[in-house]
Amino acid sequence: MTRTSLLSALFVAGLAVGHSATAADASGQMIAAQCNGCHGFEGKSVGDAPSLHGRSAALMAKAMMDFKSEARQATIMNRIAKGYSDAEIQNVAEYYANLK
Amino acid sequence: MSIKRRQFIKAAGAAGAVTGLSLSGLRFASAGSGKHVVVVGGGAGGATCAKYIRHFDSSVKVTVIEPKTEFATCFMSNWVIGGLKEQDWITHTYGDWSAKHGIDVIHDLVVDIDADKQTVTTRGGKTVSYDRLVVSPGVDMKYDTIDGYSEAASHLVPHAWHAGPQTTVLRKQLEDMPDGGLFVMASPPNPFRCPPGPYERVSLVANYLKRNKPKSKILILDAKDKFSKQGLFTAGWEKYYGYGTDDSMIEWRSRANDGTVKAVDAETRTAMTTFDEIKADVLNVIPAQTAGHIAHKAGLTDDSGWCPVDHMTWESKMHKNVHVIGDAAIASPLPKSGYAANSEGKVCAAAVVAMLKGNDAPTPSWVNTCYSLVTPSHGISVAMVYDSKDGSVSKVKGSGGLTPKGGDYTLEAVYAESWYLNIVDDMFG
Repeated sequence: MTRTSLLSALFVAGLAVGHSATAADASGQMIAAQCNGCHGFEGKSVGDAPSLHGRSAALMAKAMMDFKSEARQATIMNRIAKGYSDAEIQNVAEYYANLK
Repeated sequence: MSIKRRQFIKAAGAAGAVTGLSLSGLRFASAGSGKHVVVVGGGAGGATCAKYIRHFDSSVKVTVIEPKTEFATCFMSNWVIGGLKEQDWITHTYGDWSAKHGIDVIHDLVVDIDADKQTVTTRGGKTVSYDRLVVSPGVDMKYDTIDGYSEAASHLVPHAWHAGPQTTVLRKQLEDMPDGGLFVMASPPNPFRCPPGPYERVSLVANYLKRNKPKSKILILDAKDKFSKQGLFTAGWEKYYGYGTDDSMIEWRSRANDGTVKAVDAETRTAMTTFDEIKADVLNVIPAQTAGHIAHKAGLTDDSGWCPVDHMTWESKMHKNVHVIGDAAIASPLPKSGYAANSEGKVCAAAVVAMLKGNDAPTPSWVNTCYSLVTPSHGISVAMVYDSKDGSVSKVKGSGGLTPKGGDYTLEAVYAESWYLNIVDDMFG
């Protein structure tokens, strides 16, 4: 089973954790807009937070999933990553990856 | 499921059948609407919303009406008061921003809103029509909740809860204070702008006094019995400022301990509680707050003095085609913070763009991230992710919270500054 189809299966089965079971997933654009506050407009950071603009979707999704599971430790991103369903993490990763 | 999710969404999107689903990779807007949105207030909420409306749909004409030509952010104004940064660092202008994003900026004050005719009137006598209005007026001080306090008295006894000239006044008073002096802060009752703000201010005043006027003391007279990030602040105060010992630089008096300031004498810098009278060398009185004046004038507030809104769109429950965002809106569980105003501004922008075309607002998502400094190299934070539940903002269970025990306070201080640089770039860049 590929990673994408696993995510899709979770989504369809309504098993994805990370936000209210009744809530629909937000789009990559909507979530990215919220990330931009700390990571800069369109993910182009002008501070010490990493830029997200143009990062590969695989790298960003892996980082977020690892923050969410606590496999990787950060100052604040563990707390943030737990706010999103796996499908939302994929959405936002693809959104930033596709920014020109 | 034989069809992949993205293909399904593409197919459904093409058929025009999708609302409320995740539209990964699709723009909120593709065809032009040619409509006009007026934004009242160019602060954290208003500037963000204006910029993101243009970002989501460049066919929408956006006009921001803001009296100030230079905007100083409340967030990080404590860093100026504590001597870490200069006033210039927190001050932003609109010229380049306006040109870069194609936003008209009128430097004037909106004095009236006619929600039936869909027009606003300015003090300078302009009448401007809108298809949709976004009101982001921030907070006003309720001077009349403290006897003897007033806008005029605030020049002697600053609140410094609107950044700008008051920030400079308070900084100057601290610089002029003698060693061994007493800094007294009256901290406001809930709800108010920036819940951790008073305690970060006290921390950075303590940091300044410890280095420059170490015999000085700080007294917080609080109208509350608990406060934001309390455990993280008091642990930091114990570590750096002797909090809890006889020699503590900081004393916190809660409401239950007669902390509520009832009256002030600005001339003598005296604060009066029910049973006590304290003469300060520097007196910083932050009064109770309410939605900015225009929200009251336009009938956007309810009995609480704040503005009820539909969280899915931030449209007012009092007037149609009028949205209210930022500190003035009833947004709970979102706090009255700069990051929340920024977050609400984007959700509102997406909703406005959709509604101008007769579409449903997209599925919202919000974040709050808030850093405070206990010292210049000891940062603490609180964060939360929000989604919608039954049409209202709701905390996502399991997300967010405070800097954990054993957290890296040094890195949090580094990220606090990074936070500022990026959020002001997101708003005013």
